[in-house]
Amino acid sequence: MGRLEVIYREAGQFKATYASDQAIFPIVQDRVVVVAIAVVAFVVPPLVAGEYWLQAILIPFLIYTLAAIGLNLLTGYAGQLSLGTGGFMAVGAYSAFKLTTAFPQLSIVVVFLLSGLVAAVIGLGFGIPSLRIKGFYLAVATLAAQFFLIWLFNKVAWFTNYASSGTITAPHRTLLGVTVTGPNASAAARYVMALAFVAVFALVAKNLVRGRIGRSWMAIRDRDIAAEIIGVRPLRTKLLAFGISSFYCGVAGAELVFLYLGSAETLAFDINQSFLVLFMVIIGGLGSILGSWLGAAFILMLPILLTNLPHAVGLTMSVALQKQIELMVFGGLILFFLIVEPHGLARLWQIGKEKLRLWPFPH
Amino acid sequence: MSRAEAGGPLLEVEGVSVRFGALIALNRVSLGVAREEVVAIIGPNGAGKTTLLNAISGFYHPYEGRIAFAGRDRTHLRPPDVAALGIARTFQNVALFRGMSVLDNIMTGRLLKMRGSFLLEALYWGPARRQELEHRAAVERIIDFLEIQGIRKTPAGRLPYGLQKRVELARALAAEPTLLLLDEPMAGMNVEEKEDMCRFILDVNQEFGTTIVLIEHDMGVVMDISDRVVVLDYGRKIADAPPAEIRSDRAVLDAYLGVAHES
Amino acid sequence: MVDVVYAVLVAPFKDMAGSPAFLVEVLIGGVFAGLMYSLVALGFVLIFKASGVFNFAQGVMVLFAALTLVGLLERGVPVVLALALTTAVMVALAFAIERFVLRPLVNQEHIILFMATIGLNFFLEGFGEMLWGANVKKLDIGIPDRSFVVRGVQINELELTAAVTAALLVTLLAMFFQKTRIGRALRAVADDHEAALSIGIPLKTIWVVVWSVAGVVAIVAGLMWGAKSGVQFSLSLIALKALPVLILGGFESVPGAIVGGLIIGIGEKVGEVYWGPLVGGAIENWFAYVLALAFLLARPQGLFGEKIIERV
Ligand SMILES: Nc1ncnc2c1ncn2[C@@H]1O[C@H](COP(=O)(O)OP(=O)(O)OP(=O)(O)O)[C@@H](O)[C@H]1O
Ligand SMILES: [Mg+2]
Repeated sequence: MGRLEVIYREAGQFKATYASDQAIFPIVQDRVVVVAIAVVAFVVPPLVAGEYWLQAILIPFLIYTLAAIGLNLLTGYAGQLSLGTGGFMAVGAYSAFKLTTAFPQLSIVVVFLLSGLVAAVIGLGFGIPSLRIKGFYLAVATLAAQFFLIWLFNKVAWFTNYASSGTITAPHRTLLGVTVTGPNASAAARYVMALAFVAVFALVAKNLVRGRIGRSWMAIRDRDIAAEIIGVRPLRTKLLAFGISSFYCGVAGAELVFLYLGSAETLAFDINQSFLVLFMVIIGGLGSILGSWLGAAFILMLPILLTNLPHAVGLTMSVALQKQIELMVFGGLILFFLIVEPHGLARLWQIGKEKLRLWPFPH
Repeated sequence: MSRAEAGGPLLEVEGVSVRFGALIALNRVSLGVAREEVVAIIGPNGAGKTTLLNAISGFYHPYEGRIAFAGRDRTHLRPPDVAALGIARTFQNVALFRGMSVLDNIMTGRLLKMRGSFLLEALYWGPARRQELEHRAAVERIIDFLEIQGIRKTPAGRLPYGLQKRVELARALAAEPTLLLLDEPMAGMNVEEKEDMCRFILDVNQEFGTTIVLIEHDMGVVMDISDRVVVLDYGRKIADAPPAEIRSDRAVLDAYLGVAHES
Repeated sequence: MVDVVYAVLVAPFKDMAGSPAFLVEVLIGGVFAGLMYSLVALGFVLIFKASGVFNFAQGVMVLFAALTLVGLLERGVPVVLALALTTAVMVALAFAIERFVLRPLVNQEHIILFMATIGLNFFLEGFGEMLWGANVKKLDIGIPDRSFVVRGVQINELELTAAVTAALLVTLLAMFFQKTRIGRALRAVADDHEAALSIGIPLKTIWVVVWSVAGVVAIVAGLMWGAKSGVQFSLSLIALKALPVLILGGFESVPGAIVGGLIIGIGEKVGEVYWGPLVGGAIENWFAYVLALAFLLARPQGLFGEKIIERV
């Protein structure tokens, strides 16, 4: 008997109650591991990781994970394809800027949450057509959101407080006495803040999708007609998905400027941003919260890998070539995942775990 | 007989017509279903049977006629409102939520029985959690009743056809409906599966007092389980009688059985 | 208030009436842009009709075709030969797509296929640029980019040629669908896969043919746009513009694609020139989408589509 098997085994843990069966992590080992990871995530990187790791990898990873969870709720769970993620993120970012400059005393946490709410309201507006139109048609409606919103933020100087450069800049704000935004905020502080947000909201997302609301979303996604006769109201259900999804994207957008970039123009939220987050969701796994984490990590790490890998083996590659290879790998991977494993990295992870559980006696 | 008298008809369809462009799929069809009755609808392909169920469940709206449920007019309701009245159904081409587990499919069937409170659900806390567990217990009873314990966690889309039909019945039952509409619940099943299904349908009718309207092509099944048979042909109702009488009805033999035997 | 109403509802029309020659030029510019959208939309429609696949990569196919053509021309290949070779490349691409993308995904949900074409889109973009380089290139096919004046209206030779070519292509396609056996089979496929099989043409062949035809349409589009604005990445963005065109025209209608393209092209240009300044310009970016959105709410089946009651 392998040692791994002894450690990692669900046999013997009889699911005596529905309560434990309904839990997010039904296996005790899983629960312990997750709690341990959470604790370690809050404590270790700020102490150990260098500025580069925090700033270039971990912070964007957390922020994009939040956005990917948001889009996954809408596209993966509720089945409504959106190409407007960038636009909704921009709403969050610009709202946060306006709010915190208008009300400097307002806690930055409240500012982020309110920005999410503003994005949710805008998202609801653009979600209304989803009652009448489906699939690709809806994708066009969300493109309208993407292009119109970006144009709006570009044209109306009020949104940038009439800055001649047209950029919004994160002002200096503190939380519990620690500087968390602005040029003087340490990467560690920004990291912890981003982590706290994504941890809480990932948990909320998980709770939503395993309950009544998540089931209505998936029902609409899988078979809207059958869902209706069960009592799911399509408009209400889809709008809720649009609202919550946009909330997540809005908060992520605010974080992108306040905790990561420091300052930004509308360019930071263009259509490519929408595609980027969509890829995270597809590659990570449609309809999986865990997948959103994996997808964001994968998509963000890939370019870094592609930059460093040839270097490591002594090859030199032009920036253009790197960019092209990146595109091909992205595209190729999307095809690969859709063909081989439409459920993405999350599914591969699960399969791997099951294999481990049965080891050393595979079927 | 005694059933029909208890408190007037549960479902009344009066002179209902449905058309698709030039095609008249239902032509002034009238039909009454008493509480706790099992009514079978038969007729050749394209007769308008499914269309009738669709009109009752609010997917199509008749351009003339009215539909009343429990004495109240509900001709123009939308499907979710129909569901709220206590009408559940299954579909001719199984309409399960393919990406969801069997358990989740059936849990979804209880949607209308659950109370929503967004904040509590987001936290999965207190009443929200308790509610989830209560309904889980109810769903487990249905799972036991239909003998599908072994496939709880299987994604519905991966099940064989016969089991999918059974899960769809489970999902409909989860809503604890007063009226259950079944569109060809036994199509494509082998003899054994059909027998099981018949037993379930009769059990549902007898144990829970659920009124059942089903569409079925297998005459043996129809004769066995229905209290009354309604025959549709080209969108018209051509007969409405107990099974024994239908067997000898000339019009039915001509329109339906003849066709069925030829094909 | 009155000022606003005047600026929005009256002034633009006064401007139009004041200088009709300019209006005609704006319209012609709109028609040209519209034709480009139409050509891309046409590629979409062909593929959608025959395989139910919503090909997001159509725009990149245009870019890819144009890049290939320019690449060949730059290496001194004569125009005719370069065109023939590019066609061969697009056909080869159709084979590859059938084999490596469509076949493994057959019977998957439409949304999955759609996302697969997004993947294809990025792959082709990277691949095309890797093969031929990413710089903006002028595509010189021998038609001069100069104008002549008719009754005070400037007409650009290149745009004129483009318009005529597009018209020709549409006629050819219409004939292909009406007169040839495979064309009729394609129409049958659109209605019913079984029926198409009974005609005796394997689905696989049909897919390769439509994707090839769409590839050829992409060459024409790439040719025109590339000659006008240079071959560059932005070419693939017109794919996004083709989406609202399809919404207006309906996903399955060839004439719809043409008319839809023209409406969007003209609407965009006229809107930009006469109303754009009121809100700071650059409304071209979103005009098409918002128009499509408004249109969708009123008529979800498109201009030429038939209203269908979803079967339950
Ligand atoms: N949404 C729709 N749009 C157009 N025609 C329809 C629609 N739904 C049904 N029909 C037509 O209405 C007629 C009746 O169809 P219906 O599905 O009710 O028949 P049925 O009796 O259930 O037949 P079957 O035994 O084949 O299920 C058929 O001719 C069918 O083609
Ligand atoms: Mg039917």
